[in-house]
Amino acid sequence: MARYEIFVTYKQGIFDPPGATAERALANLGYDEVESVKIGKYIRIEVADGPNEMARVAEMCDKLLANPVIEEYRIVDAEGSVSVR
Amino acid sequence: MRFGVVRFPGSNCEQDIVIACRYLGIDVDYVWHGDTDIAGFDAIVLPGGFSYGDYIRTGAVARFSPVMGEVVRFAERGGPVLGVCNGFQILTEAHMLPGAMLRNRGLKFICETVPLRVERNVCQWVDLAEGTVVRIPINHNEGNFTADAETLARLDANGQIVLRYCEPDGTRAPGGSAANGSTDDIAGICNERGNVFGLMPHPERVVDPEASGTDGQPFFTTIVARLAGV
Repeated sequence: MARYEIFVTYKQGIFDPPGATAERALANLGYDEVESVKIGKYIRIEVADGPNEMARVAEMCDKLLANPVIEEYRIVDAEGSVSVR
Repeated sequence: MRFGVVRFPGSNCEQDIVIACRYLGIDVDYVWHGDTDIAGFDAIVLPGGFSYGDYIRTGAVARFSPVMGEVVRFAERGGPVLGVCNGFQILTEAHMLPGAMLRNRGLKFICETVPLRVERNVCQWVDLAEGTVVRIPINHNEGNFTADAETLARLDANGQIVLRYCEPDGTRAPGGSAANGSTDDIAGICNERGNVFGLMPHPERVVDPEASGTDGQPFFTTIVARLAGV
């Protein structure tokens, strides 16, 4: 069994409504140092050991877990290796 | 002439579409999302609602329903497909229409009747004159349409932008007229061929003058007349 952690975030230039709202709310709370807030998704996935694990997890992201039109993702495996798309 | 209205787990406007069609004299029936046979239908409607609980992203799971493979093939053969609200979201996720939906600007679920402007378009579902203003309810949390600049320019040049949010007089406010923050005030788009049409407003809720008005009627009757060659 191998565990992968996936972080899905909006691509550069895509408006992030929850992030923008949190940004304003933090400013209202007096955190003047906040320059930007981006909110995304965290997905943890466990797969049976097999060949091309990382590539298959990336395929899962392309197909279902992320929308390539607006989102990008970063996959981190148990050893800390990272795959970004 | 027969409409098929797809029922996904979590759809909740399919009955409204069926009632609206029957009111307008259109033969209509439900299509189960697990079906893989849509022979016998002349037009397919993907209704509003919360298919698969909107999990992952709106429309992201419904897109893989067994029936969707057939709907894609039907559209590729030129068959007319209409997506209302969640149906529009499913069409973008299925790449049958370009772009994607974000949460509404301000994170508010918006439920209100809004003015919409008909643009110069190639959509087979619409034959209203450019500049016509219709009033139709919107009812969504993710109607903030977005697409890259290149896609937007292509949509505009091809006449694929069908409806825009506007002010009551048909003009567009300088800061945008879309309460949901939609890019370029876009409320409805079609594919290049004009047979696949997605819109966030709910025309099925405005077909009966006794209840709410008639502004939604043309969004069903136009394609019927077109298919009948009238």
